[in-house]
Amino acid sequence: METLWSPTKTGDRGGKWFLSVLALIAVAAPILNQAVPASSPAHLSAYGITLIGKYLCYGMLALAVDLIWGYCGILSLGHTAFFSLGGYAIGMYLMRQIGTRGVYGDPVLPDFMVFLNWKSLPWFWNGFNHFPFALLMMVVAPGLLALVFGWFAFRSRVTGVYFSIITQALTYALMLAFFRNDMGFGGNNGFTDFKDILGFDLHSDLTRVVLLITTVATLAATYLACRTIVESRAGRVLHAIRDAESRTRFLGYPVESFKVYVFVFSAVIAGIAGALYVPQIGIINPGEFAPINSIEVVIWVAVGGRGTLYGAIAGAVVVNYAKTYLTGAFPEVWLYAVGALFVLVTLFLPRGIIGLVQTRTKR
Amino acid sequence: MRRFSMGGQWPLVLLLAVASVTRIYAQSPKDAAFLSVLGELREASYSDKASIAERLSQTGHSSVRVVLTALLEDRLYYRNSDQKVFVVKTADADPLALIDPLSLKAAGSAPADGMTKIGTNNSLRHTLKMTVAHFSLGSADAAVRLDAVHEMSLSLDEETVALLRKRLAVETNSGVRKEISIALALSTLDGSDSRARLQAVATLSDSVSQDVRNRLALLLDKSPDGTFVESDAKVRQAAAAAVESIDRWRTFYSDIQTLFFGLSLGSVLVLIAIGLAITFGVMGVINMAHGELMMLGAYTTYVVQTAMPEHIGISILVAIPAAFAVSGLMGVLMERTIIRYLYGRPLETLLATFGVSLLLQQLVRSIFTALNRSVITPDWMSGELKLNDALSITYNRLYIVIFTLIVFSAIVAVFKRTRLGLDIRAVSQNRAMAKAMGIRTEWVDAMTFGLGAGIAGVAGVALSQLTNVGPDLGQSYIIDSFMVVVFGGVGNLWGSLIGGMSMGVTNKLLEPWIGAVLAKIFVLVALILFIQVRPRGLFPPRGRAAEDK
Amino acid sequence: MSARDKKLELEGLTVSFDGFKALNNLTLSVDPGELLCIIGPNGAGKTTMMDVVTGKTRPDSGTARFGSGNNLLEMSEAEIVAAGVGRKFQKPTVFERLTVFENLELALAGTRSVLKTLRARISPEQDNRINEVLGTIGLSGRRFELGSTLAHGQKQWLEIGMLLMQDPELLLVDEPVAGMTPQEIERTSELLLSLAGEHSVVVVEHDMNFVRSIARRVIVLHEGRVIAEGDMDKVQGDPKVIEVYLGV
Repeated sequence: METLWSPTKTGDRGGKWFLSVLALIAVAAPILNQAVPASSPAHLSAYGITLIGKYLCYGMLALAVDLIWGYCGILSLGHTAFFSLGGYAIGMYLMRQIGTRGVYGDPVLPDFMVFLNWKSLPWFWNGFNHFPFALLMMVVAPGLLALVFGWFAFRSRVTGVYFSIITQALTYALMLAFFRNDMGFGGNNGFTDFKDILGFDLHSDLTRVVLLITTVATLAATYLACRTIVESRAGRVLHAIRDAESRTRFLGYPVESFKVYVFVFSAVIAGIAGALYVPQIGIINPGEFAPINSIEVVIWVAVGGRGTLYGAIAGAVVVNYAKTYLTGAFPEVWLYAVGALFVLVTLFLPRGIIGLVQTRTKR
Repeated sequence: MRRFSMGGQWPLVLLLAVASVTRIYAQSPKDAAFLSVLGELREASYSDKASIAERLSQTGHSSVRVVLTALLEDRLYYRNSDQKVFVVKTADADPLALIDPLSLKAAGSAPADGMTKIGTNNSLRHTLKMTVAHFSLGSADAAVRLDAVHEMSLSLDEETVALLRKRLAVETNSGVRKEISIALALSTLDGSDSRARLQAVATLSDSVSQDVRNRLALLLDKSPDGTFVESDAKVRQAAAAAVESIDRWRTFYSDIQTLFFGLSLGSVLVLIAIGLAITFGVMGVINMAHGELMMLGAYTTYVVQTAMPEHIGISILVAIPAAFAVSGLMGVLMERTIIRYLYGRPLETLLATFGVSLLLQQLVRSIFTALNRSVITPDWMSGELKLNDALSITYNRLYIVIFTLIVFSAIVAVFKRTRLGLDIRAVSQNRAMAKAMGIRTEWVDAMTFGLGAGIAGVAGVALSQLTNVGPDLGQSYIIDSFMVVVFGGVGNLWGSLIGGMSMGVTNKLLEPWIGAVLAKIFVLVALILFIQVRPRGLFPPRGRAAEDK
Repeated sequence: MSARDKKLELEGLTVSFDGFKALNNLTLSVDPGELLCIIGPNGAGKTTMMDVVTGKTRPDSGTARFGSGNNLLEMSEAEIVAAGVGRKFQKPTVFERLTVFENLELALAGTRSVLKTLRARISPEQDNRINEVLGTIGLSGRRFELGSTLAHGQKQWLEIGMLLMQDPELLLVDEPVAGMTPQEIERTSELLLSLAGEHSVVVVEHDMNFVRSIARRVIVLHEGRVIAEGDMDKVQGDPKVIEVYLGV
């Protein structure tokens, strides 16, 4: 049945499955946590809620990478830069919510600034006491960086591995910068010890459940947005760029504009994922920018199956679940496993788990 | 791994043989006298120690200066178990690296709690300094005399001045004479004869030493009561001019020093990038495990050193071919099992080799644990080459520059002069044609990759001298090495050389202004911007063939 | 005819790669509705000439004008396409992982902007136009198959079809019959002949029989410049051309 199969018009069976699973999580997780007593084995602990939330945030990051890599052939090895910027934006809001409850009790300055003997808030911290402003910045900061970076890079026709390498350099430079105390983002330690969000205690189970549901809803919405894009004619142009860039250019499409748009959109998704991640995990520090993290995201996508969207999300969840389990049970094995995964998937499973499943079901 | 351990055992056996031969030479009577005086130090009071030190220096034994300097620097210990006295390499380390006081050779190590330090106090240290200085002034080695004069000029008193005058009368070495006259001029500045002081300032203005400059600057100060420290206006004027001249020279030399630091950092960058310039530049393979191949080279150095602890000095030289072999074989293995299936798919290659890098990291973690291993810097590489008071060049930096140039020339020679180099160039330019002409392209691929990987291993040997040898060693260099290659222009060895050097120099020029981290960020950002302007680097590959890539 | 009426006008173009002159003071022009064939040995500069016209390569010197007053040297690739220049590559490059239909859809004349393509739908007229072209290139039955499943000749046609979808004023066709069966070649020459008149067509080809079957005017390139021009018989009798081809 290969003849009727088109990558852009699959009827999206997998996507429907994926959305159903999301809906199930949104319904079941709150019930298992709130309604089932803690003594019952079916009870879902706050830890469990946070873990699911974390996986889904990673899933969203993988979705962002798949949109540009799987559909447009742009391999970004710096996507955690955007993820972290979104995280830092929301982290700044959370830091300012701490107020007098910090160790030093300063009503305005976060603890680390008091510790560094700063007298006033740096200008770029203004406005972050307002939640809507933080939400705006979680989109604007990664979006703007992606716009400037992408505009320069794509306009100069920096493509393929060259692009991948400079995205690595980008996230590396940001990591070094955020490690500096003078930057005003808490240096080494980053932000932590958050108290509450919009007045709700971050440590209460109910807040965590609400954050999880927000994550599920946002993930579903971004998934549908990506799906709409890839099924539009613009999506087919992205495919065309991936397969034969200069041919697409000779059809008259402004290839660079397409790339910039999709890159910025992808960076914004990554930023939102980071912003959802930080309040649930409770910490953000420059280590998130580490180049290796960005490469790991790519392997989630490769394992899941690139160019399918839901495959990327599934890959992120599966690999991270395996990581949580293996680093706990057999810490030695984890790095061997992930290393072997990279090699085996690229050699033997170019279309990932989803590709494997599709081939099976077609027979 | 079998091959590996066999390679490790042979030198060990040889070494043991050599070591036992040296033991046979018995102590001479002079040694015995020296040892017995040295032994007295263990129990003596501080005042007795001074006279014991004097007696030690009278033995005239070749080890006197080292032992007394060690005592001065708290590096003289005795072993609790057998009361034997040892010099240690660094004080307060654990375990202590022992040096035999007679032969001055490494004598293994001992846990710190099994050793007792032979203590000193202020007045003893003063006496010791004088004793050492006196002894050193009489040394046959001019460099030793020079050091001694320099040391003495920092704390001049009548005693030392007298000693120096006596030495000046018999000194023949011009460098030492100059140093002595500077020291004497410094002491003259305190005198009452203004003409002598003027003379002294003139002598001192030739120096470029910071101490001399500060001393001259003091002449320009005013005392609390408002009068000048130096009463004679002429002397003050001369001193001001001298300070200015010294400052100018010092700035000049410090610029040279910065440039040299830059070149040595640049050499490291070139060294880590050059293997990549081959695998990425010539073959188009993105090898993310490049850093780990360097790490293997560094661990090979560690293993070689462990296998020949008595011959640290030559272990580095042994490690170079060993590291080339280890990393090169690993490279060939990677090429044959993974990379050859991924030619023409650079992004997939990137991911697969990244997987290999994780595997290699975990492999060394399993074998050597996650802890950093310390690779010892051989004596001939430590220390510095002092060109004058304002400019000294550390040997390890100097050797890195030289080493990089040697490696680079060797690679250029391989490419230009050997059959393999010809084959590599042929295959990279036109694979089909090369194949048609009977070149075994698969074999050439494997060899090219092996060569690039082997060079990475050699770079690892150099890195082991500069940084901690740990499983993460490679990761911290991978981005730098890619940036050098991309900056220089892919496929262009000379581009990598010039690119790496200019990155190093830029970095070091910026450092004094904005600090190390910001300098690094600046260089990265500048490179990112540079690639926008010239996506193909400094020396881009040109022509239609290049554009189709 | 005055210069204004030419469809394409190249004057004094020079392109050098590493000292090697791919184009050396090349001057040629194409009339409206003309079918021009360009032949020449390997390295004569045929593909480089097309690269310059389509904006892929910028010349060191010279001018390139298209239609009434478009200076091609100042336009981007996308602008050149929008102005009405279409190109078929030497190596057929269709989008392998899109269907035949989708390949043609992307080539549809019309909007190219990001936000508009995001909302674009195929109108009934556009659907008809695609079906019409599918018929012309003989791929009606394979419209939902992936580009990668087509045979070599079919890819060549699909690419010509994509050119037709753009409805360009000037078609640059690089080696259209390479790797085709004799029947396919015959159909291709019919197709190209039917296109001329409405469009200006420039064909670069090695296959002399094919050129003979379609050419009215032939230009011979050698070492980046025109060495002969005229109908096929005149060109084949030209001593310079014989020397270049036979190395006498």
